[in-house]
Amino acid sequence: MSGIPNSLGVGESRFDRRRRLYGTLFAWMCGAATLVGVVALAVLLMDVLVDGLGRLDYAFLSSFASRFPERAGVRAALAGSIWLLVLTALIAFPVSVAAAVYLEEYAQKSWITKAIQTNIANLAGVPSIVYGILGLALFVRALGLDRSILSGALTLSLLVMPVIIMASQEAVRAVPQTIREAAYGLGATRWQVVSYQVLPMALPGILTGTILALSRAIGETAPLILVGAVGFVAFTPNGVMDEFTVLPLQIYSWISRPQDEFRELAAAGIIVLLLLLLSMNAVAIVLRNRAQVRR
Amino acid sequence: MTTYDIDLGGRGPALEARDLSVFYGEKQAVQDVALMVPANQVVALIGPSGCGKSTLLRCFNRMNDLVKGARVQGTVDFHGQDLYGSGVDPVEVRRRIGMVFQKPNPFPKSIYDNVAFGPRVNGFEGDLDGVVEDALRRAALWDEVSDRLDDSAYALSGGQQQRLCIARTLAVRPEIVLMDEPASALDPIATQRIEELIYELKRDYTIVIVTHNMQQAARISDFTAFLYMGNLVEYGPTETIFTNPREDRTEAYVTGRFG
Repeated sequence: MSGIPNSLGVGESRFDRRRRLYGTLFAWMCGAATLVGVVALAVLLMDVLVDGLGRLDYAFLSSFASRFPERAGVRAALAGSIWLLVLTALIAFPVSVAAAVYLEEYAQKSWITKAIQTNIANLAGVPSIVYGILGLALFVRALGLDRSILSGALTLSLLVMPVIIMASQEAVRAVPQTIREAAYGLGATRWQVVSYQVLPMALPGILTGTILALSRAIGETAPLILVGAVGFVAFTPNGVMDEFTVLPLQIYSWISRPQDEFRELAAAGIIVLLLLLLSMNAVAIVLRNRAQVRR
Repeated sequence: MTTYDIDLGGRGPALEARDLSVFYGEKQAVQDVALMVPANQVVALIGPSGCGKSTLLRCFNRMNDLVKGARVQGTVDFHGQDLYGSGVDPVEVRRRIGMVFQKPNPFPKSIYDNVAFGPRVNGFEGDLDGVVEDALRRAALWDEVSDRLDDSAYALSGGQQQRLCIARTLAVRPEIVLMDEPASALDPIATQRIEELIYELKRDYTIVIVTHNMQQAARISDFTAFLYMGNLVEYGPTETIFTNPREDRTEAYVTGRFG
């Protein structure tokens, strides 16, 4: 048989058959790798839904923690998570966006800004428990903020800021230079270029990054244990200086108990947490689309 | 350094560059250029790619300030003041010397907001609608967009977008308009409209235009400067440059023997 087939697909050599087989195998392997994630999520959801769906009702959302499983609920933890989330967003968003704008639009490129940039990237990779220790030493002890929501929010802000800064820088950098030149060419000052043109165009990217970072924050447990969030709270917070608990911590505290009823409670808590996450992502998508339509 | 005595026909200079050099880091992009731009005339800057003509143009409204590592030496005289003198505010320079870029770059906003941006950032108080209409009329775009000023600027064709960018520049009432290959991204018909517009505009404005297109330079400009490797080789009335240049290199370039 000659090396080159004389008609399409007919008279295939062994080489041809083998490379075709490799191609098919490779495609299947990649497909299987994709399935790992999907299947894992499906199993997780099924397991949680089967265990927890029965316990998920209004009473569960409106009751406080209790040693009697039939009376226990996530009211304090849900309220605590939402308080923490809003406060963290209010602190981390403006600071991060300002830092990103400074680094991209104002700072001269020097070894100092390079060092800052590298540090921000490194901070994004620091384990969250380390932030917890920092929060304990700085906010709880040194600043005397005690085991308050504010301490927790400040700690989580430190945790998410590097991620928001980097996402915002990326978004600011993606604004075409020609837009800046056009604005400067019309006699706009740097502040006007940034506030009228660059930030509005970068906003969808900044919002996406922020919400992704906050989604990570809402699932954090370790740093909050260190700054004093407790597993058993029988009231909803009234201010930023109140004690608090959060959903992941409540879930953990339930799941570590021996009774099956508490495990069902934990599963129901997980469903609430997932719903909170999903609704945040939905908000992110809506905000992004609205910001893009205005273009 | 060579200087050329040009008969300005009694017109005063709108801009005058002396000993102008531009460096990007170590590399020198423009070398000791002396160039006088007469008021209410169209001056074309021509030359092969990388000859420094865009860089030179961007010296005239301090656009090179925005390029990291760029350094300008020499002076550019504007109404008796050096654009690079101490205490000169580049923001004010750019308001009085506007710029139109190579690719249409409207803001991602409505047609109206594009034109109104300049007056707004410069603290204009008064009849903004009137300013927008006037600028769009001067840019020969009003008739095409008057009924859809709230539409996105991105809905316009490339040629319309470029005229919008010209309108946007005119809305801040500059004295000089710098154009960096304003028609190079456009089709022939859109190009023709831009050229007609430039002809109209020179009654009220002084125009400096960079172009790659020799025929365009010959059609629309009153004076032509030929740059080569950062040097101003020859400068004079467009007719002279194209029919009877002094320098061999100029003749070689305008007849298409190189570049």
